[in-house]
Amino acid sequence: MNIFNDHKKLYPIAGLLFLCLTLMVVILPALDSQKNNAPLPGSKPLTALERQGKLIYISEGCVACHSQQVRNVAMDKIWGSRPGLAADYANIGRTSIWQNTATLMGTERTGPDLTDVGNRQPSQDWNLMHLYNPRIVVQQSIMPSYHWLFELKDNPDSTEIIVPVPASFLNGKKGKVVATENALALVAYLKSLKQVPLPSTMQPNAFLMADALASNEKSSGGQANEAVDGKKLYTTYCQTCHQENGEGLKGAYPPLKGSAVVTGNNLDLYIDIIMNGYDARAEYGVMSAVGVNANFTEKEVAAIINYERTSWGNKGQEVKPEDIKKIVDFVKLKAQAQ
Amino acid sequence: MKKLKLFLGGVLSVLMLAGFKPLATNYFQGTDSGIGILILLFLVLVPLLFVLGFLFVQFKIVLNKFQQTRRYHYDFNKLLKELNPKQWQNILQTPKKKCKGNCNGSCLKKTLVFVILGMGSVQYLMAQDGSPTSSSFFSQPGIIITVILLLIPLFLGALFFIHKAIRYIKNRINEKNEVFAQKFSDELQTNLDNNKESLLALKTKQTSVLDETNSTIETDDSKSILENVSDLPQTNFTAFKKKATKRPQLDPDVTKLILWYLGCGAFWLFLGGLIGEYVGIKFVVPEVDQMSWLSFGRLRPVHTNIVFWGWASLSMIGLGIYVVPTVSNTKLYSIKWGWIALVCTNIMIIAGTISLLLGVNNGGGEFREYIWPIMAFFAVALLLTLANFILTVAKRTTHEIYISNWYIISAIIFTVIVALTAYLPFWQDGVSETIVQGYFMHSGVGMWFTLYTLGLLYYFIPQQLNKPIYAYSLGILAFWTQIIFYTVIGTHHFVFAPIPWWLQTVGIVGSAGMIIPVVAATINYSMTFKGQWNKVANSYTLPFFLVPVMYYFIVSMQGTAEAFKFTNLLWHFTDFTVAHAHLGFYGIITFALWGGVYAIVPRLTGNEPPQHLVGVHFWLAFIGILFYTIPLSIGSTLRGLSWMKGDPFIDSVEMMFEWWLWRAIGGSLMFISHIIFAYNFYKMCIKDVEVVNIKDKAFELLMKNK
Repeated sequence: MNIFNDHKKLYPIAGLLFLCLTLMVVILPALDSQKNNAPLPGSKPLTALERQGKLIYISEGCVACHSQQVRNVAMDKIWGSRPGLAADYANIGRTSIWQNTATLMGTERTGPDLTDVGNRQPSQDWNLMHLYNPRIVVQQSIMPSYHWLFELKDNPDSTEIIVPVPASFLNGKKGKVVATENALALVAYLKSLKQVPLPSTMQPNAFLMADALASNEKSSGGQANEAVDGKKLYTTYCQTCHQENGEGLKGAYPPLKGSAVVTGNNLDLYIDIIMNGYDARAEYGVMSAVGVNANFTEKEVAAIINYERTSWGNKGQEVKPEDIKKIVDFVKLKAQAQ
Repeated sequence: MKKLKLFLGGVLSVLMLAGFKPLATNYFQGTDSGIGILILLFLVLVPLLFVLGFLFVQFKIVLNKFQQTRRYHYDFNKLLKELNPKQWQNILQTPKKKCKGNCNGSCLKKTLVFVILGMGSVQYLMAQDGSPTSSSFFSQPGIIITVILLLIPLFLGALFFIHKAIRYIKNRINEKNEVFAQKFSDELQTNLDNNKESLLALKTKQTSVLDETNSTIETDDSKSILENVSDLPQTNFTAFKKKATKRPQLDPDVTKLILWYLGCGAFWLFLGGLIGEYVGIKFVVPEVDQMSWLSFGRLRPVHTNIVFWGWASLSMIGLGIYVVPTVSNTKLYSIKWGWIALVCTNIMIIAGTISLLLGVNNGGGEFREYIWPIMAFFAVALLLTLANFILTVAKRTTHEIYISNWYIISAIIFTVIVALTAYLPFWQDGVSETIVQGYFMHSGVGMWFTLYTLGLLYYFIPQQLNKPIYAYSLGILAFWTQIIFYTVIGTHHFVFAPIPWWLQTVGIVGSAGMIIPVVAATINYSMTFKGQWNKVANSYTLPFFLVPVMYYFIVSMQGTAEAFKFTNLLWHFTDFTVAHAHLGFYGIITFALWGGVYAIVPRLTGNEPPQHLVGVHFWLAFIGILFYTIPLSIGSTLRGLSWMKGDPFIDSVEMMFEWWLWRAIGGSLMFISHIIFAYNFYKMCIKDVEVVNIKDKAFELLMKNK
């Protein structure tokens, strides 16, 4: 085999083979998908502040733990209402002359996916508190604290944004925690992370592999199609604000323990709050449209209501899904009207 | 004597430990994650304390000797009486001739400052140990870990200074002994010239006593049989391994270049491992520190890039500088280019590390976090190395190009293409960035590290076993199929992502195709080992080559399994990928590089590493990687199942705690093994100072006069 005895043949041939394969599986497909791609009609480019926030997101290496892609598999449903499309990333070009494009899709989910976090957690207060110390709002979190995005001031100006950090998280330090411009920019960027709704002419891709998940559950001893678990839903959608013990956070989120809305009889108001959010009480932060964003069915709403009415010493009347179906449908219509 | 030293060292360490334990227990009372940190603390500090104690005892012994030497006075007759028959024989054969007296060797002089500094740092260390007991500030886990991390370099500094002090004192003893030896040899010569009869008379008197051991037969101890003979009953704690075979000396300039490459590699491994360990601890104790430049997101790429470019790439090129010319039976084309490439790579790593710590990165693509102006230095280094190797092969004196050189040089060519594809801006907008990213992070590993290391293994395994590689044809098959399949499977890192579905399919199918090159290479290596297993037990290098052969098979097949659709649901986005990456990078690349270092450095410098420490290094690293990867894989599988079931996300974070803790423990073992490796490397580079025996030295001088 002469090729192995001649460096003038061996290395060019190997190099050429590799180059051809690279062209085939990387460069040409990349050029192609760059050319045949456009952002969705409803998508908006980042504002200046949001862009500044994205640069901080890049600089702090958030992508090491947070992905930004909703795969077209059923288990990713909790991260967005539809699977991601190439068009979702079409807006993203080179970051700067020094830095490459940042789609920030990521390969690790040590923390939650953030594709749709702007819909899931739109509260600025919550985000600022969470950045100052994630364990204020999520006790079990292992995310770092970003103290350097905040300042401690004794007498902040009235224009500055004060973060309601509980005293126990200040480690004996005095003063008010004030968000810097960078913190506000980062939160603005996080709030801008929302899946753009598809135009009515387009059908979203299906979430695949649902049967694989179901069969896996069966084989691992779990019961598929079991009644929805209210506690799980509460942990996923409610706990970051109202907390595990149902007591909320003083000055930020109201307690559900002993709450009149939870234990009372005004189901219309209760379900409206779950589905469409609430902003009627100045002493607390704004609640987002959790139920509408997550596309809750009456079964899930009932499970949450029943969990909240029977936990932490609450003694409320349990409801059945079919009883509240009308109300849920009604408040959903209300959301569309808005 | 040696056993006594060991015993004393052990006792001292245990005593230090006993004093330390109550302190440590105090630290952790009332902290939530106390037990984990306690284990970590012990794992890191105990071996260091042990070594420190051992060295301290050695220091005392040498100091004692020094004091004896100072009291010792030169006495010709006394020395003469202590001569053995062989030495007498030598004297009588020595012709009458005047010594010119220019025979004393130059001595390394180390300033006393080192010693004083060394002692100072030990003092400081003790103060650090004792002070934090009372205050509650020091019961914070974050503070404890920071203190430990600060203590580590101090400990290492103390070790280094004690070591230096021992060398200094030995040199001082030698200065004096050499003067005595010179004097003794001169006086013997004078006696021989003027007064041979009285010498002879003295001789007869002594040999009558010593007749029984009077043997003039020269012994040949090339296999170190006699060296290990002892008349004292004793137990060997470790097996004796074969010594490195002496080889004709390489050009000292090339030797120096290779040692610098490997030395830089050892340093970056130490630093990269330390940072990795710290990053791993952050999973368990997220509030360790609150400094922006030490936050997880910034530090993680610092760790990966240092071990990639600093440790592995430098060591690979360093070993390549030995292997490429050796198998071509020629000399390296340019030493100067080698130096330039070394400096460029180091500049890249230093600049890259600083920029990442300051929060400047390329935009979030894994492993291409350095921005292009910094990466450009590596491009220069790669191109220079490529030209250097190709021109070396071009002037080979063998007919064929040995298989190692196909792999090594192709790896560099491919890496240049990979780097250009990843950094050129023309095809990176939108999801195209992701298509390129999948290719880059996969080919970076497979075309640079794996291909190059396989090439090194094709040299080292046959060379260390002293037999040819099993089958050239399997090598050819593995070579071309590796290129074809490995190149196309980068997209399997983004299965179900919004990139073209046909690309994902190619990725999955190609992953299955990887069975061909992997099985071919595994058969090739293991059949080379066949029939030679006894050599593995008798060698301190071969185990380091066996591990990568085993892991090459395991990790590559695991990669294939991970690419399938169902396993993507289960393991993608979890730490299973992290475990897999460590298995591959540590199990294959790092072990093979260690083996290479232990195989060639003794040939270059003539100094063996301390064999028992090589063993400790091997087992700590091996057990460490098992502790790192197995719990992490189990934990991640459970996490994937919990996600598939739709359990709340935060539950899976909570559940991972114990698995992350085990990972940190495994990481500690690995980190300690890096320290030992650095020490072994140092021992191989520096010749041990032996205390000069006056009589032996005198005879050496006398013989020179012959």
